[in-house]
Amino acid sequence: MNLFSAINNALYTALDTDPRSYVFGEDVGFGGVFRCTVGLRDKFGRSRVFNTPLCEQGIVGFGIGLASMGNRAVAEIQFADYIYPAFDQIVNEAAKYRYRSGNMFNTGGLTIRAPYGAVGHGGHYHSQSPEAFFCHVPGIKVVIPRSPSQAKGLLLASIRDPNPVVFFEPKLLYRMAVEEVSEDDYTLPLSSAEVMREGSDITLVGWGAQLTIMEQACTEAAKDGISCELIDLRTLIPWDQELVEASVNKTGRLLVSHEAPVTGGFGAEIAAYITERCFLRLEAPIVRVCGLDTPFPLVFEPFYLPTKNKILDAIKAAVQF
Amino acid sequence: MKKGCMSSTMKLAASFPLTKSSRSLPSPLEFSTQSSGNNIESRIPWRAWTSVKNHHGKQQEHMRPPSGTVAAYSAQSEEQPQQQEEERTADEQKTKAREIVVEIPVDYDLHLLESAPSRSSVTNSEDLMSIYHEMSVIRRMEITADMLFKSQQIRGFCHLYDGQEAVCVGMEKALNFDDSVITAYRDHGIFIGRGGTIFEAFSELMGKRTGCANGKGGSMHLYKRENNFWGGWGIVGTSPPLGTGLAFAHKYLKKPNVVVAIYGDGAANQGQLYEAQNLAALWELPIIFLIENNHFGMGTAEWRASKKPAYYDRISYIPGVKADGMDVFAIKEAFQYCKEYCLGGKGPIMLEADTYRYHGHSMSDPGSTYRTRNEIQGIRRERDPIEHVRKIILQEEIATKEELKDLDKQIRREVEDAAAKAREAEQPRDDELFANIYKKDSGLIAYGCDRKKTHIQMP
Repeated sequence: MNLFSAINNALYTALDTDPRSYVFGEDVGFGGVFRCTVGLRDKFGRSRVFNTPLCEQGIVGFGIGLASMGNRAVAEIQFADYIYPAFDQIVNEAAKYRYRSGNMFNTGGLTIRAPYGAVGHGGHYHSQSPEAFFCHVPGIKVVIPRSPSQAKGLLLASIRDPNPVVFFEPKLLYRMAVEEVSEDDYTLPLSSAEVMREGSDITLVGWGAQLTIMEQACTEAAKDGISCELIDLRTLIPWDQELVEASVNKTGRLLVSHEAPVTGGFGAEIAAYITERCFLRLEAPIVRVCGLDTPFPLVFEPFYLPTKNKILDAIKAAVQF
Repeated sequence: MKKGCMSSTMKLAASFPLTKSSRSLPSPLEFSTQSSGNNIESRIPWRAWTSVKNHHGKQQEHMRPPSGTVAAYSAQSEEQPQQQEEERTADEQKTKAREIVVEIPVDYDLHLLESAPSRSSVTNSEDLMSIYHEMSVIRRMEITADMLFKSQQIRGFCHLYDGQEAVCVGMEKALNFDDSVITAYRDHGIFIGRGGTIFEAFSELMGKRTGCANGKGGSMHLYKRENNFWGGWGIVGTSPPLGTGLAFAHKYLKKPNVVVAIYGDGAANQGQLYEAQNLAALWELPIIFLIENNHFGMGTAEWRASKKPAYYDRISYIPGVKADGMDVFAIKEAFQYCKEYCLGGKGPIMLEADTYRYHGHSMSDPGSTYRTRNEIQGIRRERDPIEHVRKIILQEEIATKEELKDLDKQIRREVEDAAAKAREAEQPRDDELFANIYKKDSGLIAYGCDRKKTHIQMP
């Protein structure tokens, strides 16, 4: 399956197992612009899989209301770049409902899915990575899968998690990533990072589509005798601090890479935390190889993105510090 | 939903004051019951179609309005030459005599308005030819952009405007370049209407340095500051609030100008519109909210997204006009009316243009999965804006068929030359990546791979 089929399968399973779950968003009825919701309306009916008009704030607000009544609401935002009108609802309503009502109400059943990330020709408004904005909000979870099998498990876990989750799907991988995905109903644990590749010289932390690039850099670095440990964070908040800490204590070096601009990106949080915890074990400053501090460019995309060579360059610089 | 639409039409048609010329038109009521059933075609506003069908059937009757009207006009226009005959050259007399009155077949729908825009538009042969030329240029540009996109010369996104040319050309006939225009992402036609050149447009589409935004914006971000074209915005629904701000500036500076904020039927359900419209009405700002209603928001038909698929009368405190967006003269008259309204200090007004786009939403949309090819071809046959003007030109014998064909060929050559020239142009320089983020730029440094050479350094 590729990523969109895996997501489709996960949604199918979610709708199948819980009769009080709903999928809605712009154009989800016919299958969605990325085909993630194909066939759902035919199987589960128009009352459970339905289109909304073009109003992101309305979509999320509506989802919050639906979720507070104990339903599982899976809202789709067509592109993560359009999530900003809904930002107020997510930050001020969804994230804080349980807290401010003293656990009387909650929006645990809410899951917001949005495709994010560079795709080669997206330009300013079809390529953004807004995960950092949401990582600053206690009360929600941010989950990003790296592959089809991960996506299915993580999405099912997110939908069933009793907390509101913002689930970013790397749109570059929708068709490109192909993997064997089990048809069973399985979930993967949230707030648990995964070590993709063991190593002893440097730890690399990333998420989503960026991991593919990082993996290529690791393979290249291995040719120079540098053994890299690659970690997929999977859940950005609350993130698996223990695993990353243990890994950095072992290797002594850390590199974080993401497509979002470097200043204020989530890599900054990881860097700050690891510096606090592993200061005496660090052999080199923590490196962040991220997007540049510019709006996501149209023509300059290859310059903007953290490419394999930039990562490789940074690995070598860190190891030779 | 369709019923609701029809009944509101019926109500308004009854209250619309009948003028001499409209009495000779068939009543829309006769045809509104024709469309029934659940197929897609029955839900398209056939009202406009059927009136135009009749219009073309009874062409002679409509193109030459009843003698009373012509006499009134020609009496006015003949007075002046009699007074200043010695001063006028023979040519001017010829053009004066060639003043043409074009009837507008589809009547306007009104909301909270006592009067309506004019049902006939005064034009002349030069005007007609320039309208034809401009619309043909835009049409040809969009077709060329289609081909360029398919051959990957244009990357990113490309939202084409063909079919909607009457809106941007008609609008510009009523405005001047001191009025401000701001629109969403389907901005190619409006850019040309605002005085942009085809070369600049193509360069921007292809991401070249010679583009209007230095190649950094692309298809959705065409701008022209000197002609007050504020762009070109990617996010749906942003143009009205921004336009409201522009209108405030116009009013504060006591300029005799309006702002036209353009959005579509898809954007009409965004919350920020209502905020902007309330602000504009509260502070009585000179803004025309133009809704380019092409009936489909990407792939969603208007009746599936909106409870009430009429946008000019959504606000109970802002008046509105709905005009036939495929008739360049209707748009021109509607805009003249709206501009007068706004400059009279009465605040904002909504103008809904009933139009249609032939292409899909963008280049990745074939445009035929949510509407039938029959429908698209039907509208091309019956309501094509360029055909409408061409028929008038041929009828008024301003040009022959062969001359128009030659003009078309010439336009095609011009547009393709501009595209070729744009292709040869340079891409933006590398340090443009960091330029114009902030006023004094951010002092960013980017190294090359080997860290030995500083690749890009800003001061």
